[in-house]
Amino acid sequence: MPDVQVWVWRGDASGGDFLPYKVAADEGMVVLDVVHRIQAEKAPDLAVRWNCKAGKCGSCSAEINGHPKLMCMTRMNEFPAGEHITVSPVKTFPVIKDLVTDVSFNYEKAKTIPPFKPKPKDPDGKRRMYQEDVERVQEFHKCIECFLCQDVCHVIRDHEENKESFSGPRFFVRLAALEMHPLDANDRIDLIRAKHGLGFCNITKCCTEVCPEDIHITDNAIIPLKERVVSAHYDPLAWALRRIRRKREEFTPPGPPSA
Amino acid sequence: MAEIERHEYDVVVVGAGGAGLRAAIEAHARGAKTAIVCKSLLGKAHTVMAEGGIAAALGNVWPEDNWQVHFRDTMRGGKLLNNWRMAQLHAQEAPDRVLELEEWGALFDRTKDGLILQRDFGGHRYARLAHVGDRTGLEMIRTLQDAAVAQGIDVFMECTLRHLLTDGERVTGAIGYWRQSGKLIAFGAKAVVLATGGVGKAWRVTSNSWGYTGDGIAMALEAGADLIDMEMTQFHPTGMVWPPSVRGLLVTEGVRGDGGTLRNKSGERFMFNYIPAFFRADTAETEKEADAWYEDKRNNRRTPDLLPRDEVARAINSEVKAGRGTEHGGVFLDIATRRSADYIKRRLPSMYHQFKELADVDITKQQMEIGPTLHYIMGGIRVDPDTAAATVSGLYAAGEVAAGMHGANRLGGNSLSDLLVFGRRAGEAAAEHAKRTRAPKIDDAQMGAFAQRIEAPFEKGRDENPYKIHSELQDTMQELVGIIRRRDELEEGLARLDRLRARAARASVTGSRIYNPGWHLALDLENLIGVSEAVTRSALIREESRGGHTREDYPKTDAVWGTKNVVSRRRDGRLTITTEPIPKVPAELGALLGEDKPSGEAATGARTPVAAGDD
Repeated sequence: MPDVQVWVWRGDASGGDFLPYKVAADEGMVVLDVVHRIQAEKAPDLAVRWNCKAGKCGSCSAEINGHPKLMCMTRMNEFPAGEHITVSPVKTFPVIKDLVTDVSFNYEKAKTIPPFKPKPKDPDGKRRMYQEDVERVQEFHKCIECFLCQDVCHVIRDHEENKESFSGPRFFVRLAALEMHPLDANDRIDLIRAKHGLGFCNITKCCTEVCPEDIHITDNAIIPLKERVVSAHYDPLAWALRRIRRKREEFTPPGPPSA
Repeated sequence: MAEIERHEYDVVVVGAGGAGLRAAIEAHARGAKTAIVCKSLLGKAHTVMAEGGIAAALGNVWPEDNWQVHFRDTMRGGKLLNNWRMAQLHAQEAPDRVLELEEWGALFDRTKDGLILQRDFGGHRYARLAHVGDRTGLEMIRTLQDAAVAQGIDVFMECTLRHLLTDGERVTGAIGYWRQSGKLIAFGAKAVVLATGGVGKAWRVTSNSWGYTGDGIAMALEAGADLIDMEMTQFHPTGMVWPPSVRGLLVTEGVRGDGGTLRNKSGERFMFNYIPAFFRADTAETEKEADAWYEDKRNNRRTPDLLPRDEVARAINSEVKAGRGTEHGGVFLDIATRRSADYIKRRLPSMYHQFKELADVDITKQQMEIGPTLHYIMGGIRVDPDTAAATVSGLYAAGEVAAGMHGANRLGGNSLSDLLVFGRRAGEAAAEHAKRTRAPKIDDAQMGAFAQRIEAPFEKGRDENPYKIHSELQDTMQELVGIIRRRDELEEGLARLDRLRARAARASVTGSRIYNPGWHLALDLENLIGVSEAVTRSALIREESRGGHTREDYPKTDAVWGTKNVVSRRRDGRLTITTEPIPKVPAELGALLGEDKPSGEAATGARTPVAAGDD
């Protein structure tokens, strides 16, 4: 097998550059294999996050030739011989070192989502849900939290200032999963508009395009959520009923880890 | 001494897979100030890779299923080496733990009546595995992760704990480092729950992810705790074998549970030639009966494709040894013949995706090429069955890191349920222990010595590449401590481990302390090699073949060995291996197991796992 050459971004918060690395190629090799070979043979301190190398954990997100991808699911034979291949850290989050970024934004947003709250059980103590009802939520549960949708989302990719008031496609998927869960009794509609910034999204579908799990983020999560927000806030009858019922409980997000 | 960030907790849970998260949720719910410390990002632990399902006798598909049958299947699958009490608690409590996940928002596939659907798996008499397609582990870890976050439990992510702190009598905390900054961090704790999983990364061909470096097992051993049955390693029969990039990657047993059939290169369904006497009564003897089972499970016996994993892995190994394997040293697994493309994509979406993307194989049309892959270790930290307490006060262990539950061979689906049942019990016991315990006093001298060891790879004058040592360790374990073992090879393995240990002590690091994988690996090597030694020496002492431990020089299952645990412990810096009697099954439970005992000759075949082929 011939050698492969890739240009890997090396650096940290203060800056960096693409460095070329040439290693031996194997049949079926993915980009993460190349990165591992570089670590073993050329750059033992090359920082990369990974766990399963099977497309199941969502750890090894990066930008390959500028496209947000999982390194473990990107085959080297996708690139024509001689193509200049670059691997760089995801752009939306601050670089820690090399290919590793600080993705704590996502874990902080996760804390602000009111959790699942089940309805009462059936009279016989069981819970019944039908496959056709769970299936649309199961699509959202496929999310592996690779955060590639967050990376590609232009609301935060080039606008650091939007991060505080916008949670991003990953969390619209999460919110949709909770809102459409057949057993959930919590109500997050006000919060979705006011706190998670659903209105910022102008449905360009970039998130859907990069999702390695093929979740139809825009069509199946974001647009239905937008419709729910609209009918809750701009349908006068629904608005009045909600004011009367006030069924949403106040939600206090858990605090940061105590020092 | 370097500056060390300090924290105090009642309960520190190490590891954030299924067992760790469930333990932390329980400890927190019982009022303990609880921390989760995990070396990856939250939600990335190995549990996320579990595919097929969670075994629990819910009785939704087969009303006649109950905990007694699940107990029987677990014990027989474990070749009766299991701790009976753990197997009993597990079978009794698994249904409640699964239903609890549903209370927390998990969405399992459904029966026509709207209940949790259950699928067939190897060694389980009834369709018993609650599942979500073939991504059950993801559903489980995300459900637990969200529940833990909603409760506001403190999480220390990308934080690797390296050593337990002790005061001579009990565990007082743990010390490690932040992966991102490289800075040291120590926890004082009244109780520590280890939930760090297994040690698959000691082998070349493994389904295990990056994190499986035996951390918890090594930390417990160093702190004086007993390990048992370290020779019991599970080779999952179906890992991918081609291309080299994905060798070892798991192919779920659900493929066979949902209709997949094993064939050798001539198309023969060879599993009919490998039905052991112990399982004959439950297994179809002809292809006709096996095929009929898929349509009418009540009146036919199950296909031998679904024998327990140890049996299937050895059979595949033997076929390949006999020259009946595929081009790349595996056998074929075919589901396309029996099932429609729609069915396969619905039931096994990630298998479809995995083969299509990584191997250019369309499993709705083509056969898969598969072979054994190191998947699980049944051995681990010795625990009290009811409380998950290790043999050192204040230390608890749950999940793969603990031992006893699965005996000599784990049934598929019994791991996720194990994580939940014993994770909860460990969390409960740790929280109760914390209530009765004074705040621990950290021994600064001990902590300083550990801190020095963590920083040691940065010292000058070191000359070994940690990646190279790791690679040689993987070859050593693969070649010499694989599916089929024998004395001279195990002894050679020990000699090589000694040399690797000496070299690992000289592993060098370049670069800074910030997110430095070379440094992290240099530290992991000590755990990997230490645990590999316990596996190899335990394998050497057990002179019989049983479950996940097959000796070419002792191919028979031995009734006397069937009454013994192999115990590993570290005393005065040396690993000692002894045997102790296993707890005797009480008569009323023993009656559930049947009169017969595992016996006869194991199919030893080739000495090295088939998937080791060419690299």
